[in-house]
Amino acid sequence: MKLTVSGNVKEYAGGLTVRKLLELEQVETPEYVTVSVNDEFIPTGDFDTAALSDGDSVEFLYFMGGGR
Amino acid sequence: MVIKIKQADYEAIAAHARSALPKEACGLIAGRDEGDTRVIEKVYLLTNADQSREHFSIDPKEQLAAIKDMRKDGLNPLGNFHSHPETPARPSEEDIRLALDAKASYLILSLAENSPVLKAFSIEKGAVISVPLEVG
Repeated sequence: MKLTVSGNVKEYAGGLTVRKLLELEQVETPEYVTVSVNDEFIPTGDFDTAALSDGDSVEFLYFMGGGR
Repeated sequence: MVIKIKQADYEAIAAHARSALPKEACGLIAGRDEGDTRVIEKVYLLTNADQSREHFSIDPKEQLAAIKDMRKDGLNPLGNFHSHPETPARPSEEDIRLALDAKASYLILSLAENSPVLKAFSIEKGAVISVPLEVG
């Protein structure tokens, strides 16, 4: 299936979850990454079960924060 | 590396930080790398989701919208900025701990003195490197 990941169209095997895609894309520190699929944010607790479908658009957003 | 930012963008960041007082303000920077020079072409004045005087986190919805806008304009995400309302323009322990992207530039604007002070840093695995910043 084809997914658009961070703006780039790529081909993947079917049956992917968000968690598996994070692994395939070697996303570092996934605990600090917010994931959106078709502009819907996926709760972190759903990464293992959220299934991806052909044509989905996925974005990985690194947490950006800090303090004085 | 040298970072270049337009005077108007510098002033926009300062105004955004002043308008957020006494809370911290934040946003994203975008542009392009030209050899050893990082050119900031656009700044995104975003919401501090923490609404705090001592912390900031960028609202993910606004972050997503900004990333898409950068892509549309052919710009690269270069990092972020935030303000320190009462402390100097240097990364705090929390800033360092949460600096997850070694390629990012981290701009900090201090409002602790009469005039704002903007400085740039890169942070990799806890090591902070001050980066020259040219405004103009």
